[in-house]
Amino acid sequence: MATAEVATHHDDLHHHDEGFVKKYLWSTDHKMICFQYMITGIAMALIGGFFAYAFRMQLAFPGMEVPLWGVVTPADYNALVTNHGTIMIFWVAMPVLIAAFGNYLIPLMIGCDDMVFPKINRLSYQIFLLSALVLLSSFFVEGGAFGGAWTAYPPLSSTAKYSLTPLGSTIWVIAVALEFIAFLLGGINFITTAMNSRAPGMKLYDVPIVVWFIVIASILFMASVGPLIAGAIMLLFDQNLGTGFFNPDKGGDPVLWQHLFWFFGHPEVYVVLLPAIGITAEIITVFARKKLFAYRTVLNTAIATGVLSFTVWAHHQFVSGIDPRMAHVFSITTLLISVPIAEMIFVYIATLYGGSITLNTPMLWALAFIGEFLIGGVTGIFLGASGADIYFHDTYFVLAHFHYTFFPIAIIATFAGITYWWPKMTGKMMNDTLGKIHFWGTIIPFNFIFIPLFVLGVAGQHRRIYNYEHFPDLAVDWMYDLRVMATVALLVMIAFQVVFFFNVFISLRNGKKAGNNPWKANTLEWVAPSPPGHGNFEELPTVYRGPYEYSHPDREEDYWPQNEPA
Amino acid sequence: MIEYFLEQGSTYAASVDGLVNLIGALVGFWFLASLGAFLYLIFRFRKKGNSKAQYVTGYEKHESRWVHWPHHLILVCDVFIVIGAVQVWIDVKQTLPEEPRAERVRIISQQWAWTFVHAGPDGKLDTADDIPMIDELHVEVNKPYIYELSSLDVLHDFSVPIFRLKQDAVPGRVITGWFEPTITGEYDIQCAEICGIGHGLMPGRIFIESPQKHAAWQAQQAPTTLAATTQ
Repeated sequence: MATAEVATHHDDLHHHDEGFVKKYLWSTDHKMICFQYMITGIAMALIGGFFAYAFRMQLAFPGMEVPLWGVVTPADYNALVTNHGTIMIFWVAMPVLIAAFGNYLIPLMIGCDDMVFPKINRLSYQIFLLSALVLLSSFFVEGGAFGGAWTAYPPLSSTAKYSLTPLGSTIWVIAVALEFIAFLLGGINFITTAMNSRAPGMKLYDVPIVVWFIVIASILFMASVGPLIAGAIMLLFDQNLGTGFFNPDKGGDPVLWQHLFWFFGHPEVYVVLLPAIGITAEIITVFARKKLFAYRTVLNTAIATGVLSFTVWAHHQFVSGIDPRMAHVFSITTLLISVPIAEMIFVYIATLYGGSITLNTPMLWALAFIGEFLIGGVTGIFLGASGADIYFHDTYFVLAHFHYTFFPIAIIATFAGITYWWPKMTGKMMNDTLGKIHFWGTIIPFNFIFIPLFVLGVAGQHRRIYNYEHFPDLAVDWMYDLRVMATVALLVMIAFQVVFFFNVFISLRNGKKAGNNPWKANTLEWVAPSPPGHGNFEELPTVYRGPYEYSHPDREEDYWPQNEPA
Repeated sequence: MIEYFLEQGSTYAASVDGLVNLIGALVGFWFLASLGAFLYLIFRFRKKGNSKAQYVTGYEKHESRWVHWPHHLILVCDVFIVIGAVQVWIDVKQTLPEEPRAERVRIISQQWAWTFVHAGPDGKLDTADDIPMIDELHVEVNKPYIYELSSLDVLHDFSVPIFRLKQDAVPGRVITGWFEPTITGEYDIQCAEICGIGHGLMPGRIFIESPQKHAAWQAQQAPTTLAATTQ
C-alpha cells in the first residue's frame, strides 16, 4: 500500500501543487505530520509556559494582579499547576520528542519513503489535536479546569463535591485518554516501520541510536499504558456513573489508582528521556567527529533501563499508605536503575575523548543536556532511598529534581534537535550567533529558577501551595527572596525565547542555503535533498556500514556516509 | 544539609539527616567527578586546525574499563545507600514504641482542617477527658506518641518537617505511626498531599511543651472539654 501511494506522491511532487488543505492539514507525509506535531507541541509549550508564569508570579508576589491573568485565586492556582504539568508532559514532551522527531527521523534515517501506515499516522495527529482542544476547553466550562494535580489522585479527582470541578475533572480524563490513543497509533507506526522498512543492507546494529531509542520508547509506552487506560475508564465511571473503584465507602481503594498511574508514570519518564538522549547521541558524534563509544553498550543500557523502569513505580508512593515492607523492594530496584543510566552517561562522556569538538549551537544544546540531566539524575537518588524520601516527598526538592530531568528532555533536547535538523527540514541554515544568545539566555536562567527551588525544598517547602503566608515557618524573608529569584529568572528565560523565534523567522526569509549535508554527517537523512520532497530520496539508498564511522583511519575524509559503497 | 535549615525535632530526625548527608556525599562525588571529566574533555579536545579525531570503538578492554569500572563502583555505592535507607525506614515506619510509655493521639484530616484528639490527663483515648482541637496539636517533649491517622474525604498528608515525618491519610483506613519530640517550641504542620482548593489553607501548628507546661495546658482545657462532652 505504501509503495503505491508513494508512486502517486512522486507524481504530485513533480507535476502540480496540492491544495493548501491537502498539503498542510490532510497530509499523510511523515514530514508534514512531524511539522503538525511540532507546531502544536510548541503552541502547547507556550500555553504551559504562560501558566508557569502566572503561578510563579503569584508565589513571588502573593495576591498581585498578574498581567494577562489577573489575581490568582486558590482555584486558579490549582488549575494552573495541574494543567502546566499535564500539558508539558503529555502535550509537549510526548508530541515533540516522540511524535515529531519520530515521524521526521525514522523514515529518513532508515532510508525509506514514508511510514508503513501513512493514514494511521494522519489519524494519530488528528486525534492528538482533538485531545489538545478538549483539554483546553476545560478552562471555559462551569467550575473551571481540573485542579487535582497532573497525577489526579482520587477521591479528589473522582468526586465532584471534593474537587468542585465536576466538568473539568471529566474533561481532563477524556483528553488524556484521547492523547494516549493518538500515541498508540503513532507507536504502532514507529515500531513497524523501523522493523520492516530499513534500507537494503541496514542491519539492526546499523540503525542510528535515535531511531532505536524512539522504537524502545514506543514499546515502553505501549507496554505501560494499558493499566492507566483501564484506570482512566474506572475514574470516568467513578466520576459519572457512580461506581466506586476508588471509593472506600463502596469497597474501593484510592491507592489502587496510584499504582495504575505510576505503573505507567515511571516508564513514561524513560519514554520521553530515550528520544532526547538519542538526539544527543547523533549530535555529539557529528560535532566531536567521533564514533559513538561502544554502540552496543548504549543500546543494552537503554534496554536494561526500560525493563527496570517497570519495577520501580511505587517509589512515588513510599508514604502513600502502601505496606511499609514494600518500600525496601522499590528502593532497591530504583537504585539499581542508576547503574545503566550512569553507564549511558559515562559512554557519552567517553565519546568526547579524542574528538575534534566544534561548539556550535546544536552541540551546545546537546552537551547542556548531558550536564543538566546529570543534576536531575543524581538528585533522584535522594528520592529513591525510602528513608530519605520520607522527608523529601512532596517538597520542592522533588519538583526541582524532575524539572532537572524534564527540562533537559523537553526543552534542551528539543532545541538540540531543531537546531541540528533545521537545515534538513527547511533547506536553510540558522544564524549561529543568535542561536548561541538564545542558548545562554535559556540555560543560565534555567539554573537560576531551579537551584533556589532545591534549597526551598531542603528547607521544607511543600508543593502546590498558592500562598505560603499561612505557614509561619515558610513565610520568612530569605525564602521569599528565593521565590522572587526563581520567578525573575523565569521571566528572563521566557524573554529570551523571542530570540529563537526571530532566528526562525530570518532563517526562513534570508537563511543561507544548506545543501544536502551541511554538517558532514553519516546518517541517511543527509543523503536526501534539503528539504526532502514526497518520497524523501531521489533514489532509495543502500547501506554499507554503521552510522558513526567518523574519522576512520583508512579514509582521508573524517566522515563516511552510510550509503557510500566501500 | 537539612539540619542547616531546620532543627532536628524528633528522635529519628538525626538519622534521616544522616542518610541524606551520606547520599549527598556519595552522589556529590560522582557528580563532581563526571562533570569534571566532561568539562575537561570538552576543553581538551576542542577543534584545533585540521587535526583529525581519534577512532575509538569502545569495545577494547582498555577502553571499556573506563565505563565498566565506574559502573561497578556505583553499584557498591548503591548498596551502602540501600542499607542506610532500609535502617531509617524500619525505624520511622515499621516500629512502634511500647505502650503505656507511648501515648496515642488521633489525627483526623478533612477538607480543609485537622482535628487532633489528645488523650488528656489519663493518657487514654476514648475517655471523657479527651481533648479535641482544631489545627493545634499539643505534645510533651521526650515522650513517644503513636498517631492514628485517618481522613474523612480525600487524601491528605500529615507532615511535620522538624520531625522529618510524612504520612498520607487515606479515607477508609486508619494508619498508625509514631514520633517522639526532642525539642520544645511551636512549629508548622503541613498537609503534603493536594486536597482541593483549600490545600494551601490547611496549616496546622504543633506545640511541643515541657511536662509542666503540657500539664498546665491540659488543666486549662478540661472544663470546656467536659462541657462539650456532656452536651
